[in-house]
Amino acid sequence: MSTWETVIGLEVHAELATESKMFSPARNEFGGEPNTNVHPVCLGLPGTLPVVNEKAIELAIRVGLALNCSINRCVFARKNYFYPDMPKDYQISQYDQPLNTDGFVDLPNGTRIRIERAHLEEDTGKSTHIGTSGRIAGADYSLVDYNRAGVPLLEIVSHPDLRSADDARAYVQELRAALVAVGASDGKMEEGSLRVDANVSVRPAGSDELRTRCEIKNVNSLRSLGRAIAYEAKRHIQLYENGERPIQETRHWDEEAGRTQPGRSKEEAEDYRYFDDPDLVAVDPSAEWIEEIRAALPTLPAELRAEWITAGADPELAGTVISRGLGPLVAEATAVGADINKTLNHAANTIDPEELGQLTPDGLAETVKMELDGQLTSTQAKTVLQDLMELGGSAAEIATSRGFEAMDRGELEAMLDQVIADNPDEWTRFCEGEAKLQGFFTGQLMKATRGQADGKVINQLLQAKKNA
Amino acid sequence: MAEALSREEVARVAELAMLRLTDEELETFTPQLAAVLEHAEDVEALDVHGLEPTQHPYPLVNVFRADVVEGFDNRDAALAMGPEVEDDLFRVPPAHGEEP
Repeated sequence: MSTWETVIGLEVHAELATESKMFSPARNEFGGEPNTNVHPVCLGLPGTLPVVNEKAIELAIRVGLALNCSINRCVFARKNYFYPDMPKDYQISQYDQPLNTDGFVDLPNGTRIRIERAHLEEDTGKSTHIGTSGRIAGADYSLVDYNRAGVPLLEIVSHPDLRSADDARAYVQELRAALVAVGASDGKMEEGSLRVDANVSVRPAGSDELRTRCEIKNVNSLRSLGRAIAYEAKRHIQLYENGERPIQETRHWDEEAGRTQPGRSKEEAEDYRYFDDPDLVAVDPSAEWIEEIRAALPTLPAELRAEWITAGADPELAGTVISRGLGPLVAEATAVGADINKTLNHAANTIDPEELGQLTPDGLAETVKMELDGQLTSTQAKTVLQDLMELGGSAAEIATSRGFEAMDRGELEAMLDQVIADNPDEWTRFCEGEAKLQGFFTGQLMKATRGQADGKVINQLLQAKKNA
Repeated sequence: MAEALSREEVARVAELAMLRLTDEELETFTPQLAAVLEHAEDVEALDVHGLEPTQHPYPLVNVFRADVVEGFDNRDAALAMGPEVEDDLFRVPPAHGEEP
């Protein structure tokens, strides 16, 4: 029996973080009462004309540069289809002349994933299918909300360079970190601002053929992405091993059932009859504009990670912090002198990226410094950080108001002497080698200090006293 | 001269455009569409080597608007233009086929 290799290409759709829509001045925001963020242009009313949002072009170029793409003169095209989520009966997209082409993303494990293109288009409205099944097939009618119709969308298409569900997840995390870092998107998969379709096929390991692929839609989280790819690859392998073959089709991931299911199969191949949109002229970004945008880019997540690792950071910790989108915070904190690994540790474990609140890089750096100087235990440092997120202020002030007074080593030593004097039998047994009594003494000292002593310091003191 | 347009091709184009044509109409339109295509083929006879394709009749690029939100205060009128409205959502017949 041969072994199989999974071949994956991803299409990632990112909603761009503009104030207004791609071609109309309606507000671009998530949620909102149905059909409130609408305007004659995005409702496709006759006689209206689209005008390109300059900010959307700028954000798309930022992403293109972050993904090492060429930035090109580009043209908008009409993708024609009849579906009520686009009231014009076409979606404005880009076809044979996209803005960004030929880039790449390097995964943390060193694999280079080539980007074929990253083109601009407009998002569609949201339709809800009403009927017994809740699916399109068998729906009695559909309800449409055009709040999302016309939101600027960047479709980032990779080459089929990914070989595992893990790599696919890592790729999306890298993309998301880059999108967030350059301020192009909020990258929230749960709100649909980042959506992923996966093209999956399998082939005998070592071969370079591309076999029939299926496009998996409805993948709403990184976890689903991994599960959907693993399921689909296994399905293909089983078909081949049974002497059958998959057919090229779009399949939907069913999170609850844990499997992909065919959409209602199209009797004929899609034909969107693309043509240049006569309502829009070409976009031809000047070299000066592109360089201006490039110069204003922040240090990119992959560069940050490399810098940290060079400075001695734990690579896994660095990767976690980047994928949590906390790269800029850590970079600013270390720039004012915070220890890299301690800072990364808090960014990986203590700090909630969704709840940053009032926490500033200075506050983080101050906390890390106090912890390193022994003024705060690691537990206290976590509490201080949580308070900084909720309330803001300075770490020192919070430590004082919380009663986290620096536990002076001499003071602690005196307390230890008292604990030894109160428990002479236990001390003798501990000195004779009954190691488990260490926990007893630590407990006594913690009690005496109301939990404010640093466990590590207690440990050092106990060993020193014992060996004295 | 390319092969003449077939009835099947016309039927397919009509389907993509969501037009239902009777057999009689297919009979009528097939030669008419074929004539249009024949005319387009005349253009192919021209030597356009070295000419830039025209994307747009206006020699303009980079026509932009600033990223500024403008409200639209006639939502009720917009909704009223829909075939039917339910809970401020446009109610439409069930879509056939998959979302593209």
